[in-house]
Amino acid sequence: MFEGVPVHWFLVLATTMFFIGIYGFLVRKNLITMLMSLELILNSVCINFVAFNKILFPEHLEGMFFTLFIIAVAAAEASVAIAIIINIYRRLVNIDVEKMNEMKY
Amino acid sequence: MTNNQFMFLVFSVVIVVFSLLTVTSRRILRAATFLLFVLVSTSGLYFLLRFNFLAAIQLTLYAGGIVVLIIFSILLTSHISEKLAVPPVTKRIYAAIAAIAGAVLCILTILQTQFVQKTLDPARVHIRTIGEGMLSTGKYGYALPFEVISVLLLAAMIGSIILAKKRKD
Repeated sequence: MFEGVPVHWFLVLATTMFFIGIYGFLVRKNLITMLMSLELILNSVCINFVAFNKILFPEHLEGMFFTLFIIAVAAAEASVAIAIIINIYRRLVNIDVEKMNEMKY
Repeated sequence: MTNNQFMFLVFSVVIVVFSLLTVTSRRILRAATFLLFVLVSTSGLYFLLRFNFLAAIQLTLYAGGIVVLIIFSILLTSHISEKLAVPPVTKRIYAAIAAIAGAVLCILTILQTQFVQKTLDPARVHIRTIGEGMLSTGKYGYALPFEVISVLLLAAMIGSIILAKKRKD
């Protein structure tokens, strides 16, 4: 119990955010909006880690360190993904996933 | 209702509403702005849990770095007043069924689980503890992941420069 806020509230919030991200990933066709849904999913996982760390296992800082590493990996992933998206746009002049059906150019 | 509960409810309402707007908005630049609001209120949750360093990292790296990168790529690849096409109804319904079914399953499981919750001191994490944890090699030390992350960031930087570079041919 974190001064009146039980851990279930954090977990329910993170689950809702995660599945909103899943919905966006399934529905969207533009690559950049799919990337944004992915950021939502990563962020909800970070909330889970931090809540577990603070409320259930406060002796050490494992959840906080893993959240730091997740944020670093998310930054690397976003930069590479955006480089790929710009390269695809330069070749095909759109970034719709359904129109990208060949690997050869 | 305590102050913490009130602030938690405010942040969670903002997060849920703006995440929904992020995945449903038809203007892509607005979707990126809504994503920014979601990330900023997530950092508010970290402040609520007294992880001040983590909240600052979230603000600078996510809200300051990744969202700006996404907005740059939006401006490079799509016209600013362009509206995205509405996805077909069947696709939306199937995706909503999948998401809601998964969410209901997970939330029911969470609510039925009893967690051993501890009453904790409201002390902040000292920055010295974080630095020593990052560079220690013993138990609860994270020297190896720290080094691996630095190599990963270098590789990602070189890779994205090479990918986004113009070909000479």
